[in-house]
Amino acid sequence: MTETFTPPTRFAVPGRIAVSNQTAAVWQSATITEIRRETPHASTVRLAVPAWAGHLPGQHLMLRLTAEDGYAAQRHYSIASAPDDSGHIELTLDHVEGGEVSGWFHTVARPGDRVEVRGPVSGFFAWPGDRPALLIGAGSGVVPLMSMVRHHRAHGLDVPLRLLVSARSPQELIYAREYGAETTPVFTRSAPEGVPVGRMAAAHVAPLLAEQPNGGWEAYVCGSNGFAEHASRLLVEAGQPVDRIRIERFG
Amino acid sequence: MNVTRGFTGRPRVQNSGLPPGQYDAGDDWPVLSAEVTPDLTPGEWTFRVDGLVEEPRTWNWDEAHALPGSVYAGDIHCVTSWSKFGVRFGGVSLDAFLSVVRPHASATHAVAYSHTGYTTNLPLADLTGGRAWIAWEYDGQPLAPEHGGPARLLVPHLYFWKSAKWIAGLRILDHDEPGFWEQNGYHARGNPWEEQRYSGD
Ligand SMILES: Cc1cc2nc3c(=O)[nH]c(=O)nc-3n(C[C@H](O)[C@H](O)[C@H](O)COP(=O)(O)OP(=O)(O)OC[C@H]3O[C@@H](n4cnc5c(N)ncnc54)[C@H](O)[C@@H]3O)c2cc1C
Repeated sequence: MTETFTPPTRFAVPGRIAVSNQTAAVWQSATITEIRRETPHASTVRLAVPAWAGHLPGQHLMLRLTAEDGYAAQRHYSIASAPDDSGHIELTLDHVEGGEVSGWFHTVARPGDRVEVRGPVSGFFAWPGDRPALLIGAGSGVVPLMSMVRHHRAHGLDVPLRLLVSARSPQELIYAREYGAETTPVFTRSAPEGVPVGRMAAAHVAPLLAEQPNGGWEAYVCGSNGFAEHASRLLVEAGQPVDRIRIERFG
Repeated sequence: MNVTRGFTGRPRVQNSGLPPGQYDAGDDWPVLSAEVTPDLTPGEWTFRVDGLVEEPRTWNWDEAHALPGSVYAGDIHCVTSWSKFGVRFGGVSLDAFLSVVRPHASATHAVAYSHTGYTTNLPLADLTGGRAWIAWEYDGQPLAPEHGGPARLLVPHLYFWKSAKWIAGLRILDHDEPGFWEQNGYHARGNPWEEQRYSGD
């Protein structure tokens, strides 16, 4: 029987690009070249990865730390930098209290240290810059979305792009200085004078869905599971088709 | 071995029951799914098995619950590195469904698909012999929507992306056909003890 199986329901969107099985399977050594503080709880790590095969905005990688007795810890991290040919990539890590891997990055790591990476993996959350993109993130969930914003900027793309980003306060807003007219920040605990404080709501999403670009938005939602559930529901309630919503949950 | 300067990790437990590269998520139960959690009531839920079988069949909620109940008590492992010990799922063994539809002798694989359209492939041998369930209870309670409720596939000896949430059916095939994550670079089988995370592992 050679019949190709097609599921009976439309899927929540196929993968955007094929992932190279080669790069997904091989661990490579990466050298930390710089660590920059973004907020009191988040830092960006710049890594030299000489054999990096390139990535698309939105993709993530697997990172591994190894202890002297051979014990290894591996975690997924989104790639923050836009694709370029510098031989470097950047990650932005939240300092998770008691966290094994993020704890090492925030308390021990320094330039010159080596870690291992493997990837990029998953073509599902990737955005090659082809379709209008509506990006919604919270906390470190903005990391893969920032790669998209940077890519959009670096190439002067004119395909519509909007970013809604939620943070506790202006001090906790990752990449605050880099946002432009495409971005609307939402503050949940404290905000600058005149800016309302509160959770992301229908009122934030409605105006963006009211101005549908040609072909409609492709929505990308990223953050904690709680946030992803909340934001994806807002989108569905505002009329965004479920098969045009991609979700990356950080756990 | 590429030792990371200054990295010690958490204290290790010998014979921890953790597959290589996994950590104990404790009370946490992280959620990882690429799509919007569907609003699916038990009344709307159906489960179909077709393809290379003698008698294709669709069960509704009550019909599926009329089959003999079965419990999985043990561990689960997610490819994102967390494992969860001592979980307890209630539902029905897949064997109970398969003995009704009777797969052909030529059947070797299955594609599991969900009510959202998510797909994942499995060798038939991983779904039979008391190794797979349709589960609707977790810890004695109805399975929460974000964890795949009202009902999900449960194949606990493989990475958890194989345990399709909001399960809608199985198509029985005589060949392997990659599903959603498998087309995105993940391993065709996903055995946590052999660290089959990505294709090529
Ligand atoms: C696709 C994907 C992309 C991601 N991208 C990013 C990103 O760009 N940036 C980012 O910051 N994160 C990202 N994450 C999350 C990231 O993978 C890690 O989960 C996060 O960094 C925490 O890892 P950790 O090792 O520091 O913490 P862990 O050691 O995993 O701990 C997590 C939590 O559990 C507690 N805990 C667990 N076990 C124990 C124990 N034995 N003792 C004490 N406490 C314990 C910790 O205190 C902590 O609160 C992503 C996740 C996914 C799935």
